[in-house]
Amino acid sequence: MNGIVWALLGAALAAILAGCGSAYGVGAAGQAASGVVTEDPSKFAKVLVIQLLPGTQGIYGLLVAFITLSKIGLLGGAAADLTLSTGLMIFAACLPIGIVGLVSAMHQGKTAVAAIGIVAKKPDQFGKAMLFPAMVETYAILALLVSILAVNAIPV
Amino acid sequence: MSVLQMQRFSICAMKKDRKAILEELQSLGILEVDTSVIEGEVLEKMDTLSQKQLFERTSALADQALNVLAEYEPEKTSMLSSLEGKALIEKQDYQKMVDNKEALLQSANEVMALGKEIAESKAAIMRLETQIETLTPWLNLDVPISYNGTRKTAVIIGSVGKAVTLEEIYTEIAGHVGELEAMDIQIISENSAQTCIAATCLKQDAQVLEDALRTLGFSRPTQTSNLIPAEQRAQLQKEIAALMMAIEETEGKIRAKANDREELKWFSDYYRVRAQKYEVLGTIPQSKRTFLISGYTPTKASESLKKLMAEKYDLVVDIEEIPEEEETPILLQNGKFAGSVEGVLESYGLPTRHEVDPSKIMSVFYIFFFGLMLSDAGYGLVMAVACFILLKRFPRMSEGMNTSLHLFMYCGVSTLVWGILFGGFFGDAVQIVSNVFFGKDIVLAPVWFAPLEDPMKLLIYSLLFGLIHLFIGLAVKGYMYLKNKQYLDFFCDVILWYVFLGGLIMMLLPSQMFVSMSQMNIVFPPAVNTLAKGMAIAGAAGLLLMSGRSSKNPVLRLALGAYDLYNVTGWLSDVLSYSRLLALGLATGVIASVMNQMGSMGGSGIFGAIIFIIVFIVGHIFNMAINLLGAYVHTNRLQYVEFFGKFYEGGGRKFVPFKAITNYVEVKEEKKV
Repeated sequence: MNGIVWALLGAALAAILAGCGSAYGVGAAGQAASGVVTEDPSKFAKVLVIQLLPGTQGIYGLLVAFITLSKIGLLGGAAADLTLSTGLMIFAACLPIGIVGLVSAMHQGKTAVAAIGIVAKKPDQFGKAMLFPAMVETYAILALLVSILAVNAIPV
Repeated sequence: MSVLQMQRFSICAMKKDRKAILEELQSLGILEVDTSVIEGEVLEKMDTLSQKQLFERTSALADQALNVLAEYEPEKTSMLSSLEGKALIEKQDYQKMVDNKEALLQSANEVMALGKEIAESKAAIMRLETQIETLTPWLNLDVPISYNGTRKTAVIIGSVGKAVTLEEIYTEIAGHVGELEAMDIQIISENSAQTCIAATCLKQDAQVLEDALRTLGFSRPTQTSNLIPAEQRAQLQKEIAALMMAIEETEGKIRAKANDREELKWFSDYYRVRAQKYEVLGTIPQSKRTFLISGYTPTKASESLKKLMAEKYDLVVDIEEIPEEEETPILLQNGKFAGSVEGVLESYGLPTRHEVDPSKIMSVFYIFFFGLMLSDAGYGLVMAVACFILLKRFPRMSEGMNTSLHLFMYCGVSTLVWGILFGGFFGDAVQIVSNVFFGKDIVLAPVWFAPLEDPMKLLIYSLLFGLIHLFIGLAVKGYMYLKNKQYLDFFCDVILWYVFLGGLIMMLLPSQMFVSMSQMNIVFPPAVNTLAKGMAIAGAAGLLLMSGRSSKNPVLRLALGAYDLYNVTGWLSDVLSYSRLLALGLATGVIASVMNQMGSMGGSGIFGAIIFIIVFIVGHIFNMAINLLGAYVHTNRLQYVEFFGKFYEGGGRKFVPFKAITNYVEVKEEKKV
């Protein structure tokens, strides 16, 4: 198998896994947010902010996918001729954000549901409520960094 | 940068001035009433509950009347009207409204009555419509439903709760009563749920026939009327039309009341404010002739408040310092710039009386980090200009909104600066547009460097900024120790950490690991290397011995010291946490570029340009929104978790002065204190 297949598979997995995680997280938080808004529509803006927090992993996945695609030349027309080992390296570099993005977004979604509960009962504690889901995101950011640095450093 | 000092301000005055003094204090709004400290046997509190509730009800009545008005005659509001804030009105206008309050109360009651009338009419229409609905199956009947026949014949009208055919009915009847002399059955209407039938027979057979029909599940209709169904429907429709007319007329009456809307708002606020006054009145202790009021007021305002009160009324004022151990309510005083982060600080927790107000340092780093995370000149420009216009356009917006918009304006400027440093303007919009539409290659060169080309460099800088942030946090802790004259704590908890961490960093810098990460080859002279080792060891030893100094037991003391030394891993993770500065900055830039690239796929021509503009606007709004949120959340996190973790506890209670809290308007007052 040619290296470029592995590289493309990596880019796709980064977008797929992280995107799935975010979809789950934002979806779960959205259900909780809808419940709050039916009771008190004035909390819309606050719960929306918290609902969006697990959405960033999908963006990070997209980011790595995009950097990878432009690295292997699929965006600029002519695809680079990759050896199998380079392709596998790029594949491995994409894995952190894919896997960590998936798991962290799901957990961040659950934390966001709980944080929306805080806003529902104590709207003035919004700052603290926002912080709990943000703590989970740290690990997605670390994985993103490793993926970016690794993809960037692989010579093509 | 300061937490305002508070003093206890107590007034003893004559009862006759009670209301005037309370009103004066309410309009000044600089005293937080707290009468819990006053004790005395002759003192009694007045029961104001019923008065207060009456005022609250009146205020609520006006609010409800306003809601009714808004329903039938909506106010013209723009999307941004929530930013407008409360209108400012002249004192004499307000007074005129107060003189007119009986008429306004009546007006509010009238509006409510009219609203109720409409609601009742609507309910009646609903009822009539249900009646029409139940009548519909009978429309083909040309006698009234209650019709029961002529002199010789009987007519049985009713329905069967299922679909049956004429044949089935005849068969059923024949099975029960055999052949009747004369009988006619008509199906008026039929659907799956019921079949309406009219049966005609001779009078003497009526009972037999009806019994036979009952075996089919036949029943007489509940609705009976002397009118033919079609006529009855016409009548019901006429009634509905009449009710509709009445509703319209009533709506007209309500619309005519819309002139009172503004005054009703003031009216509602007037009673709201009075209810607040009576709430305080209920808490103040009173003797036969005098009353006492006490509370917190900022030190710098207390003297002028005393002077003002003493000039107007016969009273005794007592100003006391508050004992060290008592917690006071917290009021912060900061300039425009530092004040803009007060909202962020407040949502973590205000400082306590003995803590330092971190607003000033925090504001600098907040805006710095926010800009670094968003780092796009275009987005920064949009943010700064939008906030600036809103601030100019709506000068009377609520205070919280005002500080937030100021904060975002400053953050926008910072984003603009970082964007210029990193060469990002709506991602790579300049390059794409010039390349696709003009065939030239113009690249917006970064003033500093492009992060995507050298992410390691920005990572190192991010960690460096983080280290500075954390060290400043530690310094603030040291400052607080010095202020409270805790010199030993200052040395053990601050200086030793500086020495220890400083030594570790200086050991790290020349190491092979750092060189390969940063591509910077730092070589220290051997003396510095030795110094670094010495500092690290001395710091570690000091921490090991001193951190557990609160414990008398030497073993426990060493254990506590070792545990504190373990905190160095906390420092490591704190510093690494600042890598999010790089990650979020890259995310903005790369996704902006994706948007541009998607837009440029339509090619050059006019058609391509239109596609580009649409994708550009939608895509960049999306990207900006999502990254603004990210930058906001993660800047907050860096402040709350990493920075505050080094020195700040918070937990102060906000200063809530006794003042008029209104919903709609503010009355113009000359500033006195």
